[in-house]
Amino acid sequence: MNADLILAIPEITLFALACLVLIVDAFNKDPLHSLTYWVTQATLLITLVLVLNNFPTDVAYAFNNGFISDAMSATLKAFMCGITFFVFLYSYEYLKEQRSLKGEYFVLGLFAVLGMMIMASAASLLSVYLGLELLSLSLYAMVAMQRDSESASEAAMKYFILGALASGMLLYGISMIYGLTGHLQLASIAEAASSDSINRSYLVFGMIFMIIGIAFKLGAAPFHMWVPDVYQGAPTSVTLFISTAPKLAAFAMAMRVLVDGLFPLISDWQSILMILAVLSMGLGNIIAIAQTNIKRMLAYSTIAHVGFLFLGLIAGTGTGFSGSMFYIISYALMSMGAFGMIILLSRNSFEAEMLDDFKGLSDRSPWFAFIMLCLMFSMAGVPPFLGFWSKWFVLKELVASGFVTLAAVAVVFSIIGAYYYLRIVKLMYFDKADSMTAIKASKQMRMVLSVNGLLILLLGLAPNALMALCLSALAG
Amino acid sequence: MTLSNLPLLSMLIWTPILGGIWVLIAGDRQEETVKYFSLAVSIITFVFSIMLYCQFDISYSGMQFVEETEWISAFNIKYHLGVDGIALPLILLTTFTTILVILASWEVIEKRISYYMCAFLILTGLMNAVFIALDVILFYVFWEAMLIPMFLIIGIWGGPNRVYATIKFFLYTFLGSVFMLVAFLYLYSVAGSFNIEALHDVPLSLSAQKLIFIAFFLAFAVKIPMWPVHTWLPDAHVEAPTGGSVVLAAIMLKMGGYGFLRFSLPITPDASLFFSDAMIVLSLIAIVYIGFVALVQEDMKKLIAYSSISHMGFVTLGFFIPFAIVAATGSDSGAIMGMEGAMMQMISHGFISAAMFLCVGVMYDRLHSRMIKDYGGVVNSMPYFAAFMMLFVLANSGLPGTSGFVGEFLVILSSFKASFWIAFTAALTLILGAAYSLWMYKRVIFGDVTKEDVAELKDINSREGFILFMLAIVVIMFGVWPAPIFDVMHVTVEELIKHVLQSKIL
Repeated sequence: MNADLILAIPEITLFALACLVLIVDAFNKDPLHSLTYWVTQATLLITLVLVLNNFPTDVAYAFNNGFISDAMSATLKAFMCGITFFVFLYSYEYLKEQRSLKGEYFVLGLFAVLGMMIMASAASLLSVYLGLELLSLSLYAMVAMQRDSESASEAAMKYFILGALASGMLLYGISMIYGLTGHLQLASIAEAASSDSINRSYLVFGMIFMIIGIAFKLGAAPFHMWVPDVYQGAPTSVTLFISTAPKLAAFAMAMRVLVDGLFPLISDWQSILMILAVLSMGLGNIIAIAQTNIKRMLAYSTIAHVGFLFLGLIAGTGTGFSGSMFYIISYALMSMGAFGMIILLSRNSFEAEMLDDFKGLSDRSPWFAFIMLCLMFSMAGVPPFLGFWSKWFVLKELVASGFVTLAAVAVVFSIIGAYYYLRIVKLMYFDKADSMTAIKASKQMRMVLSVNGLLILLLGLAPNALMALCLSALAG
Repeated sequence: MTLSNLPLLSMLIWTPILGGIWVLIAGDRQEETVKYFSLAVSIITFVFSIMLYCQFDISYSGMQFVEETEWISAFNIKYHLGVDGIALPLILLTTFTTILVILASWEVIEKRISYYMCAFLILTGLMNAVFIALDVILFYVFWEAMLIPMFLIIGIWGGPNRVYATIKFFLYTFLGSVFMLVAFLYLYSVAGSFNIEALHDVPLSLSAQKLIFIAFFLAFAVKIPMWPVHTWLPDAHVEAPTGGSVVLAAIMLKMGGYGFLRFSLPITPDASLFFSDAMIVLSLIAIVYIGFVALVQEDMKKLIAYSSISHMGFVTLGFFIPFAIVAATGSDSGAIMGMEGAMMQMISHGFISAAMFLCVGVMYDRLHSRMIKDYGGVVNSMPYFAAFMMLFVLANSGLPGTSGFVGEFLVILSSFKASFWIAFTAALTLILGAAYSLWMYKRVIFGDVTKEDVAELKDINSREGFILFMLAIVVIMFGVWPAPIFDVMHVTVEELIKHVLQSKIL
């Protein structure tokens, strides 16, 4: 078989199976779409197994240097599939409960995963863009899926328009870089950029537009406007999806463009990212305090977390990038749990999206209050939970690279952030419940959420394996 | 495995934590089982700490009972434990106090008893761990994790303004700690190690030392607490349930002192010298000014909280007086006295403040008021209680023959070597302490009974009597015979002073 195709076996399989899911769903009259669901989950597992089976021991290129297969791409792909698998477990329960189950949700989700995987393996700006658009278009449609919901339509519209704008910016930056260097391959761009023949300021000009594109996709301030509206407006199952796996893809994109492609310009993008990081941490953490809607609050918390994610990139070393990768993976796990909790508390036609819906949860369900406690303390960065280690990791690399002041600024913002996470704990444990309605969630849902919460605690007690994984993924 | 090579330190950490988890699982349905089980766990933990004390070699200044295994090998973070003469007395204090706290909440806590016991048991394990950990990251994990149970204890079982108090407590201590984390990370980038003992020996420039000292100061000064970062303490103390106040005052404050001894002084000795005058001034302000503040309090718990801050001023004074002594006399004679006095003050304050909070707890359980004006003439209805409280109030004001005297006296004595005025100012506490303690006692216990409910008060029952009796024995014993504590810490403190007085600038 063609060597190019072998490297892309997981993607090709995923694509073929996603098409199969589309067909299965078209001929399946079951209102619960259970066959679609199970085929989707099987697809993700098969892809996961293929990714792990073909785990690259060396860097290899395919498709005229447009596709790269290395440890980072494979690790991220494995997590994308695994996390999406969990996301669909949650989503299926939610959509069933809300009676808005559509087969397209899973099909679009699979295509989004395909887009993410292409982004993770992008070795040329063209494949970066290709993957990004495949992901984004699927997400726009997923947000808009509840046609009758006003807020969802509004969110989708906003997402689409701003997303298109960001894509335009990115494309403009790509065209600048292409015009200057004559290359689309990231490795060749890096080579050209490090030679003195190209005017650096023009390169930086092009780079800024690309960074805007990346910042938009990650949701970093000041390109964060879409995040709160989309998180709040979209159905919780979609918010859950947007806030997890696509963040890994956006991180991959940042790594590919900034590290693989524009590493010679590191001193320039470091200072740009520094501004983005401080703005995101500041704005995200401060505005989150004022929220009463938990989905919106978590949206601002995402913005703050993205700021932290940038810190590892700013460190500019291999271990620093590993720190960012560790951060984004842990964030995806925590965010999944938090939105999963909202899904757990929601009943048919009732969305537990206000902070007050968490009042007195420890009386209603001590176990899930405990899980949420773990998630919130983890997000606040309190040990012994996973979130502490992710902050610790990026801060450590930041300090090692000599950015001690920036590290001090970051920890100040994380204290501000601690306040609104504590408030959730306060609502759950110190306040009386308005109603003592029992939680009516399926066994499956309870299981998944418990596993998710305990994972945060266990990985916090023994973070070594995940750290070693991230270190080896970016050892090069 | 024989008795002598048990992993005692790990057992001190994990016995209460695992016990706490079991209690949580058992739940509220078996209330009695939960209580007796918790008590058993706390007693077993105490027995472990006694075993530790018996096997401790007092002639060796380094770390003993060392346990070391890989934890996070990717970054060379180790599960590294050990005790020396500074940590051991604090561990004994922790395990002893836990028994009392559990006994004290026997009939008082009505809701969620299993949560309560679980929170305290886990807290005990974490506090032991803080004193035992020899890897800075391990230390930091325990140091921060401790906030979670305390946050819940104040928030769930606290008074009317508990939410404000507990969030203030959490954010304040969190604020101080995160800068310490940045300092640890910086030290790692210089020394390449997270091992506390290795960090003691790493040479640092003065400017780096100053920044590290400030970062440590934020963490430990908030915890201990020093004026002017003390404001979380009165709120937290007042709103916390009795058990919470006891643990806060008796043990958590000591962690700030422990931090100074373990981190600030040995890692940044030159910066400590540089800042020693400022630290002494802050300590004196705490001793005198906070003493006056205590005098005007109308809430008994608040009064004790402020008196704690004032007493902690002696601890920081004792820690930094060696620098002033060397500066004034050129020799370090008397320096060790100051530092040992400060250590003694920490231990003794642990017992006395615990006793004082328990006394207020006893009254609060009966009348549900902490206000001085709601009492008066309690001696008429509660004579035994009044006698116990008399002892503790006198100990609090530093009466010779009680443990409160020993520490304060040594610190004042050693201050004389540095400067008469430092000693004079510090000695004012003997007046102030007596004033606020005895005046409160007079207003609460003596006088005519003007309130009906005071006349109907029931004297302490056997459980309360037992708790107060135990504390009374300890307070008097260490007042007349403090040698057990001094013997344990002497060699370590001596070694520490030698280390601290040596410059480690490159």
